[in-house]
Amino acid sequence: MSVFEVLRSSVRGITANWLRSVLTLLGVLIGVAAVITLTAVGQGSANTITESISSLGANTLTVTSSAANRGSSTTSAALTMDVVDALADPEASSDIAAVVPEVSSSQTVTAGDASSTSTVLGTTVEYFEVTGSDVAQGTAFSQSDHDASRRVAVIGADLAETLFSGEDAVGQTITVGTTPFTVIGVLQAQDTVGGSSTNSAVIAPLTRVQDSFTGYGSLSTVVLQATSADTVDGAQADATLVLDSLLGTDTSGNAAYTISDQAELLETQAETADTFTTLLAAVAGISLLVGGIGVTNIMLVTVTERTREIGIRKALGATRWAVLGQFLAEATALSLLGGLLGVGVALIACSFDISGVDPVIDPATVVLALAVSVAIGVFFGGFPAHRAAGLRPVLALRHE
Amino acid sequence: MTTATLPHPVHPVLDLRAIEQVYGEGDTAVHALRGVSLTVERGDYVAVMGPSGSGKSTLMNLLGCLDVPTGGHHLLDGVDVAGLRESQLSLVRNRKIGFVFQSFNLIPRMTAAANVELPMLYAGVARAARRERVAAALEMVGLADRADHRPNELSGGQQQRVAVARALVTSPSLVLADEPTGNLDSVSTDDVLTVFDQLSAAGRTIVVITHEDEVAARAKRVVRMRDGVVASDVRTVRVGDLPPALLRQGALR
Repeated sequence: MSVFEVLRSSVRGITANWLRSVLTLLGVLIGVAAVITLTAVGQGSANTITESISSLGANTLTVTSSAANRGSSTTSAALTMDVVDALADPEASSDIAAVVPEVSSSQTVTAGDASSTSTVLGTTVEYFEVTGSDVAQGTAFSQSDHDASRRVAVIGADLAETLFSGEDAVGQTITVGTTPFTVIGVLQAQDTVGGSSTNSAVIAPLTRVQDSFTGYGSLSTVVLQATSADTVDGAQADATLVLDSLLGTDTSGNAAYTISDQAELLETQAETADTFTTLLAAVAGISLLVGGIGVTNIMLVTVTERTREIGIRKALGATRWAVLGQFLAEATALSLLGGLLGVGVALIACSFDISGVDPVIDPATVVLALAVSVAIGVFFGGFPAHRAAGLRPVLALRHE
Repeated sequence: MTTATLPHPVHPVLDLRAIEQVYGEGDTAVHALRGVSLTVERGDYVAVMGPSGSGKSTLMNLLGCLDVPTGGHHLLDGVDVAGLRESQLSLVRNRKIGFVFQSFNLIPRMTAAANVELPMLYAGVARAARRERVAAALEMVGLADRADHRPNELSGGQQQRVAVARALVTSPSLVLADEPTGNLDSVSTDDVLTVFDQLSAAGRTIVVITHEDEVAARAKRVVRMRDGVVASDVRTVRVGDLPPALLRQGALR
């Protein structure tokens, strides 16, 4: 019996009960589509993180006060403008290019009827360059705005949408807490995956924010920019020296501040994303396995149902291999077809954004998913086929 | 096609020697066959009769190599099939035996032509040759115009004639029929038996298992079984002659 004849008879077997075949096929289809799509989503989000690492620049450090974290910002071990000045002193370090102080406060922001609770960030002019925050409309505030503590603000893209719903936000007035501000710029929307986002923040001159909201006490964070990616370690060492001498350690001997490397933080997130991808793939793999068990189930039913036919074929001289081949080909064709359709569905699904992530298909997962679906056909179809082939003709013929 | 007038081969088509078949063990053992010895020459047309429980169905399964005897020797064309492995038995069923069953046993999803073609698929006959032989076999049973019909579009008699075409398409040494007219009305019965007469006249070896006297009367030889042994063995026509029905027609002319 030629290969072609085996295939022809298996196609006949599949089309004989097409509804059942389609349902079986669906199990494999969903499994394969899930594996490819979910892996692509994981890959897409990992790519986004990698991109934000490079956009941030690998050369920034963030200093946070440990005391501030505990809420006791009035202790001597607080980050103040004195600390900022000391860090900015070229004598202290040749590796530190810029020092950006930040204070933040949570406030209700209103414009007309719309309102939102947002983080108000007070900072200096260098903030925009150091953190890679681009102003999409309008301008950033200037040094003179800062020095004069003007009530001007640059707002995040999401906040602009919330308050002004698509209208031009630049030139409008918003009320932050009880203080009116003029919007002079709107930030470029940022990817939310990489670190904290400024999409719904209000960014205003440091002096203004301290004056209106936080007072002139400690700063929330200080962002340092090293002269280049290679000098980050040097900058960190220099900053440590300055901070140790100014802030010392608290009573229990812990450092009063923390320096964290933004790029490192993002890399940790990238690793998390990888773990996430693996987890998604595992879940999808389970659904593929369930699809495979569906194939076994249906093939067992088919074999039972066609016991008499197997008996007839054996009486006419079908060998064990011919019967085995027929049922194996049926199971494999079914799961291969499901696999191919699954790839098609995955390709369509991945052409859309899935929860804000642009999925990136890895060709290896397509090949793997297809190979697994064929293997499922052979492996899970093998058992029922073996049972069919082993039937004794005289018993099979008697079967009704 | 072998005819009775050709030089005789050394071996008879069928040679059963003290065949025993026991189902179960110990006290519950059932002796279906208790030493059956039977020889069928090439070109013979034998009817095997007997009441139910006489062992004729068991004999049929053994003759068709669908089952293996527990004792004795079963020689088909001089080869003892009792010692063959399963794959070899498949080959024997394919090449040497053509089956006709009481319940037709056509595969429902396949056309008449595809059903007739099936044993040749397993025999590995080339496509063109298969086409030709399917057409010839269907012509022989008078169903050339029904080749593309599925079994459920055919009458019982037509289905059985398709089954006969399927049985003879591989030119087997032995055509084996188990109650071939058991499910048929009298007209269809006559159609099928006429095909058997023609096959016999063409020199085919046929063994029919039946309980109908009408069917047995068309055979050249009648073997009656009782309680697992051969009770009587009566020959009405010589092996080389035409089957009785055709012989009578010839005599009338």
